[in-house]
Amino acid sequence: MASTAATTSNDLVSRSGLRYRKIRDRIVETFLLAAGLVAVFTTLAIVVILLTESAAFFEHVSLKDFLTDTMWTPLFADAHYGILPLVAGTLTTTIVALIVAVPVGTIIAIYLSEFASHRLRETVKPILELLGAVPTVVYGYFALTAVTPLLQMLMPELPGFNMLSAGLVIGLMIVPYVASVSEDAMRAVPRYMREGSYAMGATRLQTALRVVVPGAFSGLAAAFILGISRAVGETMVVAIAAGMQPNFTFDPREQAATITAYIVQVSLGDLPHGSIGYQSIFAAGLVLMLITLIFNVIGFSLTRKFREAY
Amino acid sequence: MIETTSTRGTPESTLRNEENARPAGAVTPRVNIAVDDTRQSRAITSVKAQVENLNFYYGQNRALKNLSIPIADKQVTALIGPSGCGKSTFLRCFNRMHDLQPDTRYEGSITLHPDNINLVGAGIDPIEVRMRIGMVFQKPNPFPKTIFENVAYGLRLRGVRNRATLAEEVEKALRGAALWDEVKDRLQDSALALSGGQMQRLCIARALATTPEILLFDEPTSALDPIATAKIEELISTLRDQVTVLIVTHNMQQAARVSDYTAFMYLGELIEFDEAAKIFTNPSKKATEDYITGRYG
Repeated sequence: MASTAATTSNDLVSRSGLRYRKIRDRIVETFLLAAGLVAVFTTLAIVVILLTESAAFFEHVSLKDFLTDTMWTPLFADAHYGILPLVAGTLTTTIVALIVAVPVGTIIAIYLSEFASHRLRETVKPILELLGAVPTVVYGYFALTAVTPLLQMLMPELPGFNMLSAGLVIGLMIVPYVASVSEDAMRAVPRYMREGSYAMGATRLQTALRVVVPGAFSGLAAAFILGISRAVGETMVVAIAAGMQPNFTFDPREQAATITAYIVQVSLGDLPHGSIGYQSIFAAGLVLMLITLIFNVIGFSLTRKFREAY
Repeated sequence: MIETTSTRGTPESTLRNEENARPAGAVTPRVNIAVDDTRQSRAITSVKAQVENLNFYYGQNRALKNLSIPIADKQVTALIGPSGCGKSTFLRCFNRMHDLQPDTRYEGSITLHPDNINLVGAGIDPIEVRMRIGMVFQKPNPFPKTIFENVAYGLRLRGVRNRATLAEEVEKALRGAALWDEVKDRLQDSALALSGGQMQRLCIARALATTPEILLFDEPTSALDPIATAKIEELISTLRDQVTVLIVTHNMQQAARVSDYTAFMYLGELIEFDEAAKIFTNPSKKATEDYITGRYG
């Protein structure tokens, strides 16, 4: 048939071919759109569930108590629903983690990007990224059984469960992320900018610190924000190594529960669906989501503010 | 080996004839590129740097072959030649930029006067060299800092901390680069907000701030529009009074306009070196003439 069409008119052939192409394009386009929408709808569904379940929770607990009470004992006879202890625990472990991850990650990134030979970089970077593939439960027991005893040798009064050890290990855990994203950002600083600095008589270190780091600032900010999000959302390490007692303190030497640790603790028990304890998970989850959202907004605005025009 | 100025026989009057309406009976010049003949035609009286048998290797590849050329003090020397002829490679020998790449090697010497140090000598620290020899690149490359900090960069590297000194030197450099009036009210703005031509003049100011002995220009206008280009060229002409300039350019008219001396390179070799006026009106080598008349390249 195609041959007869070809003998009569080339137009006919190309037109049917064009129609086939259009249909095929439409199918592919629909498929891609559907794939994209899955992610959007999942996010929306999570938000809707968090909001509706939290709404039920807030019918029993006033928002004021939730935000100001310094006790979180939803499962006790004398129930208190103050989120502050969980938020404090989350922030404390996150800060400890960042104190480790930001300097170490940045230094590794500077070294790999500006000093290491090509071969060394190509060897070290995959290994570094492999660290991200270690299950977090392993890090949790590493914190509990290796880091805590080590810290206890320095600080004998340190309890077996503490936020310091958990935070340090979370920090180590996110170092590869921070280093890898920072390194990408620094390598994206164009070569001619480095050359400009070298031509002025700068050393490698001066060039790295005075030109490359400022030039890569938006990428570095993104790396830190990514690290914060990971630290805030980290569950296993804190659940295993920081204890699970909600404790309103910012002292990393004490034990405490984070938001995530509380959620995992409660969801492991057999709470009846619809009970206030069950709903408290969603209220806590909502707070967690808001915290990460705030950090992402800060990160986004930082990135925009410092985005350089090269 | 080098056609130095001794062969210069073209009288001033001949040059001027070419510029003005050419008399019908006059000998048609072989090359028709305008040369700024207001400049005095003169021999190199003072040599800032002497290149002697310079060879440069990328690994096994010999990119520069036995170059020998004098760089006149407080004059503009242009390097011209087709793409890949090694002119940028040559330029980058002067501030040892090649040392940033692994597996590169220099042979021969570039002797900087009056100290008589060999810039490409094995015992010479490249950072020391770059402290004394400035460079302006093809693509304007200001740092992601304020305008002020860009110009102060080299001074800070050299340990200048005094704020008054910094402010004074920055102003001087910006004036020297004909940029002061345009940026004096926004020294604390990001340098990346400037236009391309302003960025390039900022880069010139940045290099000038540390009072280099030689200023290298690597095709400084190839990323700029004609108006910005004209400003840079004018600037280079005025810089002649304070610094020795070495410029690589693709643009023959530019070389003719700004340079006092011109070197034509081809495939890593120096084909001809002479006064710009001579090179662009009456080159002694066929290859030079072919190139500047646009027969190839």
